[in-house]
This record gives sequence, C-alpha cells and structure tokens, in this order.
Amino acid sequence: MRLDLVPRTRRSAVLDILSPALAFVAAVIVGGLAVAALGVSPGAAFVTYFVAPLSEVWSLQEIALKAAPLALIASGLAFCYRANVWNIGAEGQFVAGGLAGGWVGVATHGMGGLPWVLPAMLVAGTLAGAAYAMIPAVLKVRLHVSEILTSLMLVYVAQLLLDYMVRGPLRDPAGYNFPQSVGFDAAARLPYLMEGETLHAGVLVAVLAVGLATVVLARTLFGFEVRVVGVSPRAARFAGFSEARLTLAVFAISGGAAGLAGIVEVAGKIGQLQPEISPGYGFTAIIVAFLGRLSPPGILVAALVIALTTIGGEGAQIDLKLPLDLTRAFQGLLLGLVLGADVFAGYHVRIVPGGPSGRTTS
Amino acid sequence: MEAPRPVSAPPRLQAGPTPLFGAYGIVKRFGSFTANDGVDLEMRSGEIHALLGENGAGKSTLMKILYGLLEPSEGVVTHKGDIVRLPNPEAARRLGIGMVFQHFSLCENLTVAENIALVMPKDLSGRALADRIAGLGIDYGLHLEPDRPVWSLSAGERQRIEIVRCLLQDPSLVILDEPTSVLTPGEAEVLFTVLERLRAEGRALLYISHRLEEVRRLCVRATILRAGKVVGACDPREETARSLAAMMVGGAVRAVTARRGEAVGRERLALDRLALPAPGLHATALRDVSLRVAGGEILGIAGIAGNGQAELFAALSGETRVADPEAVRLDGKGVGALGINARRGLGAGFVPEERNGHAAAPLMSLSENALLARHPTAPLTRFGLLRLAAARDLARRVIEAFDVRKAGPDPAAGTLSGGNLQKFVVGREILAEPGVLVINQPTWGVDAAAAAHIRQAVVDLAARGAAILVISQDLDELFEIAGSIAVLHDGTLSPAVPTGETSRAAIGLLMGGSRDPADSGRRHDAAPAPAPAPPH
Amino acid sequence: MTLDIVQMVLVTVLAAATPLILAGIGELVAERSGVLNLGVEGMMIFGAAVSFAVAMQTGSTVLGALGGAGAGLALAALFGILTVGLAANQVASGLSLTILGLGLSGLVGAGYVGIKRDPAPHLAIPGLTDLPGVGRLLFGQDAFVYTAVALVAAVSWFLWRTRAGLTLRAIGDDPVATHALGLKVRRVRFLAVLFGGACAGLGGAYLALAYTPFWSPGMTAGRGWIALALVVFASWRPLRVAVGALLFGGATVLQLHAQAAGLGVPGQLLSALPYLATILALVLLSLGRRQGGSLAPAALGRVFTPSR
Repeated sequence: MRLDLVPRTRRSAVLDILSPALAFVAAVIVGGLAVAALGVSPGAAFVTYFVAPLSEVWSLQEIALKAAPLALIASGLAFCYRANVWNIGAEGQFVAGGLAGGWVGVATHGMGGLPWVLPAMLVAGTLAGAAYAMIPAVLKVRLHVSEILTSLMLVYVAQLLLDYMVRGPLRDPAGYNFPQSVGFDAAARLPYLMEGETLHAGVLVAVLAVGLATVVLARTLFGFEVRVVGVSPRAARFAGFSEARLTLAVFAISGGAAGLAGIVEVAGKIGQLQPEISPGYGFTAIIVAFLGRLSPPGILVAALVIALTTIGGEGAQIDLKLPLDLTRAFQGLLLGLVLGADVFAGYHVRIVPGGPSGRTTS
Repeated sequence: MEAPRPVSAPPRLQAGPTPLFGAYGIVKRFGSFTANDGVDLEMRSGEIHALLGENGAGKSTLMKILYGLLEPSEGVVTHKGDIVRLPNPEAARRLGIGMVFQHFSLCENLTVAENIALVMPKDLSGRALADRIAGLGIDYGLHLEPDRPVWSLSAGERQRIEIVRCLLQDPSLVILDEPTSVLTPGEAEVLFTVLERLRAEGRALLYISHRLEEVRRLCVRATILRAGKVVGACDPREETARSLAAMMVGGAVRAVTARRGEAVGRERLALDRLALPAPGLHATALRDVSLRVAGGEILGIAGIAGNGQAELFAALSGETRVADPEAVRLDGKGVGALGINARRGLGAGFVPEERNGHAAAPLMSLSENALLARHPTAPLTRFGLLRLAAARDLARRVIEAFDVRKAGPDPAAGTLSGGNLQKFVVGREILAEPGVLVINQPTWGVDAAAAAHIRQAVVDLAARGAAILVISQDLDELFEIAGSIAVLHDGTLSPAVPTGETSRAAIGLLMGGSRDPADSGRRHDAAPAPAPAPPH
Repeated sequence: MTLDIVQMVLVTVLAAATPLILAGIGELVAERSGVLNLGVEGMMIFGAAVSFAVAMQTGSTVLGALGGAGAGLALAALFGILTVGLAANQVASGLSLTILGLGLSGLVGAGYVGIKRDPAPHLAIPGLTDLPGVGRLLFGQDAFVYTAVALVAAVSWFLWRTRAGLTLRAIGDDPVATHALGLKVRRVRFLAVLFGGACAGLGGAYLALAYTPFWSPGMTAGRGWIALALVVFASWRPLRVAVGALLFGGATVLQLHAQAAGLGVPGQLLSALPYLATILALVLLSLGRRQGGSLAPAALGRVFTPSR
C-alpha cells in the first residue's frame, strides 16, 4: 500500500478554508474519546471547554486577554516562518521584553507618574525583544548556525536571567524576601478598557499589530520580499532582495513583537516582575501561527480559538477535574491535524494498492 | 489502472531477425495531456539507434517507460519477441536494460564506490566491487577513483560513474539520455569510443539526443518524435543534418531577420579584465574577461554549459558584486559595486538561464512575477506600498505583446509551459525598453515557434539601439542573431569575432578549448569521419 | 581515595550523558535519512511517563523500558505519517508532537507524581565490579548505560558497514536521486523516524527508571533539545554523539557540584551553562566548516514528494 501525493495545478480554495475547520472537528472528536476514557461525559466536557467560556463577560475578557499576546507574537512569527526562518525562541524574546520594560518600570518607581513612563516601557520591551532575537539572527547570517537550536537555547537563558534579576538586583527590598519586584506605579500600568480591572489596553495593542501585519505582508514591498524569499530564494536574489537583510529584519520583527507582548503582559496583567511571566505564550504562539496558516487574520481567529480552549481547560479543571495537560495535548493534536489537513489543499492524496515500489498506470 | 492487456501475437515493424527489445503502440497519458501517442520502436543488438526530437516531443517519457519508471497507458514492450511488463527499474534491469541519465542520480557526499554500490546486489561490495570498477576502467577507459567523493568530480567523471553503474549489470540494452550535453568535445570523444566498444560487443544502444552531427556519426537508425508521435524513421547516415532537423521541427519555422554589419552606436556594456574567484567548488572562476557591446549590437557568447556562463551572468547582473567598480560598465558608468536593482535603474535588463526558480517564482502569479523584476523600473510601488492593479496591468501587457498562453487570468508562473514562461520572462524585460539586455540561454527547452518569437524580439530591441549580450549553447541561434561571437571556455573569454568572418568549426574548436582556430586536429562539427561499417 | 572520587564523578557524568546518548543516537539516524525531528523532547517525556506507569503496574523495569520505547515509537509514527507520508512541514510537525507529548505525559503521569520505586538494577559481577577506580564505572552500570554504548557501536556499524545503512545515508543526501534509482525513500525515512522515536522514549525511560526512580512533570528539562544540538555538534557521527553527550553531561555535573560548593557564581548562570555551551559548540562547529561537500545530510529538513 502506498500513499501518493499528486500536486494540484492550483491549490483548492475550498479546502484552504475548510481544512483547518475539519481538523478542528477531528481534534474535538479525538478529545471527546480521551475525555470519555477518563470517565467524564464528552458532552459536559464540550460545553465546559467551548461553550461556557463564551457565556460570561468575565470569561470573554479572559479569552481576549489570553488571545492578545498569542496574536501579537504569532503575527510577528508569521513574518519569520513565511521567509523560511525558524524562530523558535519567541518565549525567550517575550521574557527579554518583559524584563527590560519591567526594569524601566522598577527604575521609575515612585517618581510620581510621569507620562513618558509607560511608552518608555513599551519601547524598551520591544527593542529588548528585537535585540535578543538578533543573536540567533546574526549567528545564522554570519556563521550559518541553525537558528532553530540557538533561538531555543536562548529561551532557557532568558528565563534564567529573569529569575536571577527578580531574586537579586530587582527584588523588592520591602517584599519580605519574596522573589518579585516592587509593584508598578499606576503610571507604569496599561490602562483598563472597561469596568472590572481585567481587560487592559494590551488587547488593543494586539489588534493593531494584527492589522499592521496584515497590511505589511500583503500590500507592501517588504511583505512581498518576505513572501518571495520563503518560496524562491533565488528569485528573491534576482529581485534584488537580500536574504541576509531579510533574515535580520524578520527576526527583529518577531523578536520585537514577542518583546512587546512580554511588556504588555507585565505592565497590563501582572503589574510587577516575577520569575514566571509567561505560561508558555511563546511556544503556544507557534501553534497559533501555523493554525492561522501564517496569515495575520487567520492568526487572530486561531488565537481566539486557542485562548478559548485554554480558558475552557481551566474551567474543566475546576468543574470536571480534567487535568490541564489535556488542553495542551489537545492543542498539540490540533496543530498536527491542521498540518496534515493542509496537505489536502495542495495535493490530491491517493492510497494506491500494491507494493511501495510498484507503479501502476495513472 | 491495470497493466496493459497482453496481445496474442507479438507485433513487428520490419522483416529480419527479432529485435532485442521492441515497443509497439505505446500511448502514455498524463490527465488530458498525451505525451506518447502510438509510438513504435525497435532496438537491435549491435546497433546504435537514435531517438530524435525537440524538447517536449515525448523522448523522455518513452525512455522512462522503457526503463520501468512509468507504465504505458496502452501498448506493449517486448523482449526477444516476448511481451514483458516493466513495473519498476528493477524489472527493467533484470531484463538487461540499463540507463545512463542526463541528470545524474548521484549522492554528492558519498564516494564513487558507495554510489555504485547503491544499485548493486548486496553481495557485491567492498573489495570485490572496487576490483570490478578498476577492471572496467582498464577495459573501457572509464577510469574512476573509488574513494573520491562525488562533489569533487567533474561532469565527465560523474557521467563515468553512471556508465560504470550501468555496465556492471551487464546490460543488453543501454539507453543514453543526452549524454554529451555536459561534456567537453574531448570527453565526448572518449564516450564515443566506449559506445562503439559496447556496440561491437553486441549490445543494443538507444541514443537520445538532439545533436544531429553526433547522431549522423554514431547511429545507423533514427526514430524521430514530434508532439508524441513518430514522424519518421531513417538511417541518419543517409540524411543531412538539415533534413533531420526538418523532420524534428516539421513545417517551416519563421526565419529571423537580423541586421548584420551596420554602423553601431557608442559603447553601452563593457567588461574590463573582470576576474572573479569561483564562488564554490563546482563553480568556475572568471579570468581576465573583457568585452564591449555597443548600442544596436548583439554579442553572442558561445560555450558548453559549465564554463562560467552562470558566473558571468551573475557578475553582469549584479547578483555578484566585484571589487573593482570599473570592471563592469553600463553606458560608461562603473557599476561593479552596484546591486541588480541599481543596474536596472540605469536601464539594464536581465534574463537568467533558469526560468523556474530564478527568473520567476513558480508558485507566485504572473503579476507578482512582473513585480519581482520590474519594481525598480515601473511605477509598481508607492511609498513602499504595492500597486497591485498596476502590476496586473503590466503582466497583461507582457502577455499580450508576447502571446503568452496560460490558463486563467493570473495563474501561477509554474503552470505555464516552458516556452510560454520564457516568453513572459523575456517580454517582461523587453517591455522596459532597456538600454542593455543580458540573456542567458534565451531559448533553452523552448518550442520552435516561441523560440523564433523570442529571437525576433531580441533582434528588434537591438534595432532600437539597445546593446544585447546573448549567452547561448546553441550555435545555430548565435549564428542567426549575433553580430559577433566570443567563446567562453573555463572562465576565459576569447576575443569577439564578427559572425560573418568565422565558422561553426572555428567556434567549436574554441568551445573545446583550443587556443588556435587554425588547429584542425579535432573537428567538432565539420564533416564527420566515416562511421565504422555496421554489422549485419 | 581520590581515585574513588574521580570514579564517582565519572559515573555521574556517564549517568547524565546516557539519556542524551540514547535520544541523540536515535535522532542521528532519523536526520541521516533526511528528516529533522523536533519532537524528540515530547517523545522523551512521554516515554518517561509511560515507562514509569508500566513499571509501576507490572513491577518490571524491563517492561517499563519497553513501554517507554513503545511510547516514543507511537508518537514517532504520527510524526512519520505527517512528515514522510503527507509531506507536511517538518519543523511545525515536530513542535506539534512535542506539545502533544508534553500534554500526554502529564496525563499519563498524573497518578504517579510523588511515588518512588526501586531504581533500575545495576550490574554486579563479583570481582570485576569491585575493581578500584574503574570497577563501578565499567562493570557496575545499569542496563540502560550498556544499551546506550551498544547502540553507538551498532549504529556506527549499521550506517557504514551495511547496505541498508548506505541506502539510508544516500537517501538523506539526495532523496530525488535515490528515488530515481528505485530506492524506497519514504519507507526508509519512516523506519528511521520510528527508530529515533523509540530511542528518545528509551532515553526518557532511563530518566524515570534509573537516573531518578520517580516521575515528575517536565522532568526532561529540555534534554530532548540538547540531544538535537548534540547531533549537529557531532557532525552526525555516532561516536561524536557519545563524546558530546559526555561533555554536556560533564557540564551538567559541574554545574551541580559548583552550586553545592557555593562558588559565589549565581546559580542561574551555572544552570544556563549547558544551554550556553550548546550555542558555543554550534558556533565553533560553523567556524571550522569545510569548504567542499557538506557535513550535514544534504537533504535534511527538506520535504520530499516523489514525482511519478
């Protein structure tokens, strides 16, 4: 038996839209089976995961708050992945941005609410994330070192650096020796968007970023360069696009986006520096980027879906005693199914009887 | 799809002894496209049989069927009169069919011996294999060092691996696909000696080529394919190259009108003692290359593939920059340090050799491909934003002016046929009315009608005052459109000679590396030496 | 006495290196066939969880180890279907398997957190094991360590001394050429991926059954990623994977001892040593690169769809 892939002359537009949806349905079905194996009613689980979070204002806010950093980071990653540059270290760049911006917040603590503090924090976070991403970028461009491995290793380094800073130089002296920095002034916090002190302006930042990414990718010469380099590097050189310059640029963009997401999380939600500032946003964003087919509008939808399942998972943990690992497994499975389903849009897939080397007439 | 149904009595084409291998009524369809349409072919022991045809005539499909890489939609293959089925290359090899591919199936980072061992039976390896390889080297003159990695070998040496790999299986039929396309004339002579030896041993050879002089020299039978059908079968020794070409092409091809010997304008493109180290192990260094092309002039650069054409093109286009800015001059201005877009801005246009992947991105649409090369010279962007409607409009103008056939309003470039994509890629540059145009292999793999269209467009552009540099392996093409010709060999360029004052023979000698055109020791395409009498 | 201390240090270095060798050798085979498997971390940790569960349920370390290898193999099968069968993007597919593996490991291991069992038995040959200085190092290890050493030798022999190994290397160098020669590219790659997953699972089983005789969530702590780096650092040669694993194992041990000795260097810096060392190793490798040919399997990571 043999699996044959015959390229379609043109990608099926119908399947391009349908396949992620079909993959989602398949993942839900598998998840339902797993839930049943754990002794819980699949129906109840479905409601808890997917329906209940949509039914209350506070959980909708939580979804938006979780989706925002995912959408922001993934939009930046889309530039990298479209250009065939594999930045796996967004988590580290997130931490670097949160650390740098947070440092500004700590340094300006008690200075009496100057209006430039928050913008400075955001800028510092973005620049720090971009600069941190330059390390694997330069190593790749100058020395051809695999960016997958270097960016990944640097995640651990960034986390350890944050841990060190929060337990040492940036620790709040009046904090009873807890590993955390002083709480930020109000001027160093992102404003809230509505009653309830939950939904902060980071959501707007994310939406703006997605919009900006959409326009740049589809309608600017730079976005065109990114797209060409990814599919035809020789043609890109023929067009005068420098692969090295583009690699540096897309790493800077994705690092900056991740860094911005980091400081937004720190200044918006957490309000201080602590050893853990990310529940794995940098890695989850990779899933979101692929689920969204590397297109910012798709990424926005994918981020909302993933955020929904995460919030649903937290609810399921409380209500149904279902472990959080189930959500994580579901997300990994979903990504795998989306990647598999994506093949059907570009190829006719046929199962052909006969041995692997047997050829039949076509 | 089932295997073709066996026929009760084996078919035959001509009286005489049973052919060693036969193919009868071969039809092969790929969806709605018919690559082979009722092809008959017989191969006899001790005979070198030519399979002639242009690119796209169906030669490679037929060859893949004979080697078991494809199965025919209809028709049968016979071996010594018995109908056989060839579901895969192993079955073909077991029947004694061997193949030497045009594009070598070699793993660069493995050694010669390892590459050969890959297709040998398990028990033949190590010392025994090395001895067999050495033996073949002595017997046939195919010398190989078993432990050298393939990436360090020349094209001729790599082909030797393919031939040895094939011979070790003691084939009774050897299929050779365009074997001389990457060889120097000297290496080709070595090959011909080997082929003659194989023929004398009683093997059958199927020689696929479009080099008519070689075919006339080596082969006693020729089958000519055009558009999937057999349009002729003859003894090539009794034909002329012209008559064979006429059968291959079928119908008169519009002659190109070229200007010759008129007064030309000022110098527009110049290389001044350009020297470039080889960018990689397989690339060619450029040494002391100088040339001048004036407005209205077409300079042809002849040469066998792999002698520095790609490196020369990259230096001219700006994809490779040079240390000395004055080594490359456009309209008198030293541009050696400038990139490709800066040179485009100065009025230069470029058409690289590979249309799929270099000149055009196959997965992107034609309008995006127009954007690719024309964004510096056409108003396709504003403040960094793309003007997609303008790009589509430009693409449409190119398609209309150059009669580009395509499916759909703005399809992916990869869906176009070779000739149409080449017309688009050339037209994209010509519509910019460049003052200087550099083209590498303008009509490689392009059907005759499209090729004529492209050549005429180039000639017309020169008539409008542009300086044009055409790099081509096709001597006929260069003699047709170029006013003067220089030869690139191993990274050095011979002095340019007006076309009217030289001959194919002289150019052929320079292509082979001879420094003195008067040296007639090896004549590349003059009248061939009498072929050895074929056995009966 | 110092000889015994040296031996003790070497034993801990070898213990730290063993999971890296196991996962690294498996990944080496997969990469030699041209497939980049970023799911190693997920396969390793899933293997750890399953191996502990099976060992607890059956009471047998051997069955636990087999269970761990089987778990890694199962995830690798999914990965193989995606990347080899369906020609999906290898980087994204690998990551999806890592996340899936991490999630599944938490599910499987949930019931076993905080439970200890007897560690895997160590070899004890009377006379040999008691040799001063080398006895425990050479003759007193558990089966996992000996398996790792045997695997290094076996894979070396397989790749360079058998036809199947040559075929695998050729496929990793040029799948198009080998396909044209009639070799079964996708079948070989799928099998290589399965082997890689089983080895990763076995490496995880070592962590949960021998290195520490318990399961804790996230216990691989990035070792799968380090194994990936190791393969690059080792220029895809089995013996060098072992050497590199010992070096990294050494770095880990050094970090633990330095922390215990209270050297005044921040603990986080010492913890970061393995990761920084990996980056440094990759940089040094790139600086010393040859001009001709390529060290890596030339087709590594590229999608292959056979054209007919």
